[in-house]
Amino acid sequence: MVDESTKKTLSKIPLLKTKAGPRDKDLWVQRLKEEYQSLIQYVQNNKSADNDWFRLESNKEGTKWFGKCWHVQDMLKYEFDVEFDIPVTYPTTAPEIALPELDGKTAKMYRGGKICLTDHFKPLWARNVPKFGIAHAMALGLGPWLAVEIPEMIEKGVVKYNEKE
Amino acid sequence: MSSSSDLELKVQRLESKLKEAQELLEHERRKNEGAVTKREKIGQMSAEVIDSNPYSRLMALQRMGVVENYERIRQMSVVVVGVGGVGSVTAEMLTRCGVGKLVLFDYDKVELANMNRLFFTPDQAGMSKVQAAAMTLQDINPDTQIETYNYNITTVDNFDNFCKIIANGSLTGGPVDLVLSCVDNYEARMAINTACNELGQTWFESGVAENAVSGHIQLIVPGVTACFACAPPLVVASQIDEKTLKREGVCAASLPTTMGIVAGMLAQNTLKKLLGFGTVSYYLGYNAMQDFFPTMRIKPNPTCDDSNCRTKQLEMKDRPQTPTGAANKEDEEDVVHEDNDWGISLVGENEPDVEPEEKEIATGIKLAYTVPAPTSDDGGDLVQDTELSLEELQRQMGNL
Ligand SMILES: [Zn+2]
Repeated sequence: MVDESTKKTLSKIPLLKTKAGPRDKDLWVQRLKEEYQSLIQYVQNNKSADNDWFRLESNKEGTKWFGKCWHVQDMLKYEFDVEFDIPVTYPTTAPEIALPELDGKTAKMYRGGKICLTDHFKPLWARNVPKFGIAHAMALGLGPWLAVEIPEMIEKGVVKYNEKE
Repeated sequence: MSSSSDLELKVQRLESKLKEAQELLEHERRKNEGAVTKREKIGQMSAEVIDSNPYSRLMALQRMGVVENYERIRQMSVVVVGVGGVGSVTAEMLTRCGVGKLVLFDYDKVELANMNRLFFTPDQAGMSKVQAAAMTLQDINPDTQIETYNYNITTVDNFDNFCKIIANGSLTGGPVDLVLSCVDNYEARMAINTACNELGQTWFESGVAENAVSGHIQLIVPGVTACFACAPPLVVASQIDEKTLKREGVCAASLPTTMGIVAGMLAQNTLKKLLGFGTVSYYLGYNAMQDFFPTMRIKPNPTCDDSNCRTKQLEMKDRPQTPTGAANKEDEEDVVHEDNDWGISLVGENEPDVEPEEKEIATGIKLAYTVPAPTSDDGGDLVQDTELSLEELQRQMGNL
C-alpha cells in the first residue's frame, strides 16, 4: 500500500469538490480554481517541510500543464521538465504525467516519457473521484516515482548532473 | 567421373536456380520502377474459384451457407483505435476479408522495440503507425478504403473530431458500423467509452495483460451491456501470483502469440457481428497459461458513473434489443442472474453465485481492482470557497 509519509503528505492536500472535466465549460472553470487552490497549498506545504520539489503552470484553458520537478541528491539538484494533458475523461481518469527528456532512459516509462505508475495508484484514484486532483496525482504518482527511479538512473549514469550557472 | 544423367540433373538444377534468380531480379527491377503487380481494384466480389480472385474462399462461406450474404462486408465501416500489436493484426484480417472502410487512429511511431509483434517491419521504423499500416493494408487490398488519423484521442482538441468520425465516418456518411478499441491504456479506453455512450455506438473493447499471458475482448452495446465505466476493468486471471510478479525495472511485457490470438478473437467476432452469423461473445477471455477461454455476459450498472450510459439504459428498457442479431435470440433468455453491486450478471457454463466483495466474478475472470468505500485518511479537508478569480490564482501559483 501507500507508505506512511505519502499518506501524511496526502492528508494535508486540500480535496476538490467539483466533478468536472475540460468539456464542461463553466463547471470546468470552477474545478480549475480548485485545482490551483489545492496545488498552491501543496507547494506551500512542501516549502515549509523543506521538501519543495516541483512547479506547474497551465495554459489559459487549463488543459495543458507544464513545469519543472527536481530531485536533490548529494547536494546536487537534478531538474526535469514535466508535462501532461488533461484527458477528456478527467477527473475519472488521472492525468498521465510525462518527463519527456527521460523517455528511453528507463523501462519504467511508457512511450513519450509517461511514467509507469504502481498498481496502487489506479484503485486509490478511482475511489477518490472527484476529490483527488492534480496535486494528488503529483504526490501519489510522480513524487514516489522520482524517489525510486532517479537515484537508480544516477547510479547507472543515464542521468547526469548538469551544472547550471 | 559423372555419368551423363548426373550432368543432366545438375544442368536441370542450375536452370531452375537461374530461373529463380531471374524472377527475383525481375521483381526487384519492377519494384524499383514502382511497377510491382499492384492488385487491381475489383468492382464486385466474385465466387469464381480462379487463382486471380482474392475473394473466392471468402465467397465460399456464402456457398456453404455459413454466411448469408458475404458481400455485405463491402458496405461496412470499422474504426480501429490503436494500431499496435492487436489493432494492426485485426486491421490486416479485416482488410483481407474485404471490409469496405477502415479508419485507423494512433499517435505512435513504429519502433524497433515493436518487432516482437506482428505486422510492422523494421524498414517502417520511424514512420507513424497509421501511415505505415495504411501503406501495407492498401497494398494487400486496394478495395478497402483506408483513412488515418495520427493523434491522441484523449485530448480536448482531438476528442470532438474523433466523435465526429464515429458519427459520420461510414461509407455513406452515417455512423460507422463498429468501433474496435485496441489501445493499451485505461485513459484511451475511457475516452472511447465516453464517445460511444454519447453516440450510442456499439464497440468492442480488447486488451492484453501487461504480463502478456492473458487477454480479452468485450462487446459493449450502450444501455444493453455493461459499459467500460460500469465496473472496474475485467481481467482474466492468469494464475500468476501478483505478489511474485516482478515489476521492478519493467512496465509491460508482450508476446506476438497472445496479441495475435486476441486479434483473431476480435476480428472473428467483428465478422460475426457485421455479417450476422454464429454467436457473438459479450466477454471472451484468454488465459494463455492454462489455455482457458472464459465467457460471460455483463449487465449494465444502473448507478454507472457515466450519465449517458444511465440514459441509454432507460431508453433500452422501453425498447429491448438483441445486440448480436437474430443468431442470439435464445441466449437472450438465459440472461437472468442476480445483480450484485457492480451490476454484473453472468451467463455461461459455470454460472457461479457472485459475491460483490469477491474479486473473481466468474471462473477465471476478475475485476482489475475493487474500489473500496472512501476512507477519511485519503486526503485532507476540502478546498475553501474563494473570491479569487482563476487568473489571480494562476498568478499566485506563478509567484510561489
Ligand atoms: Zn456504464
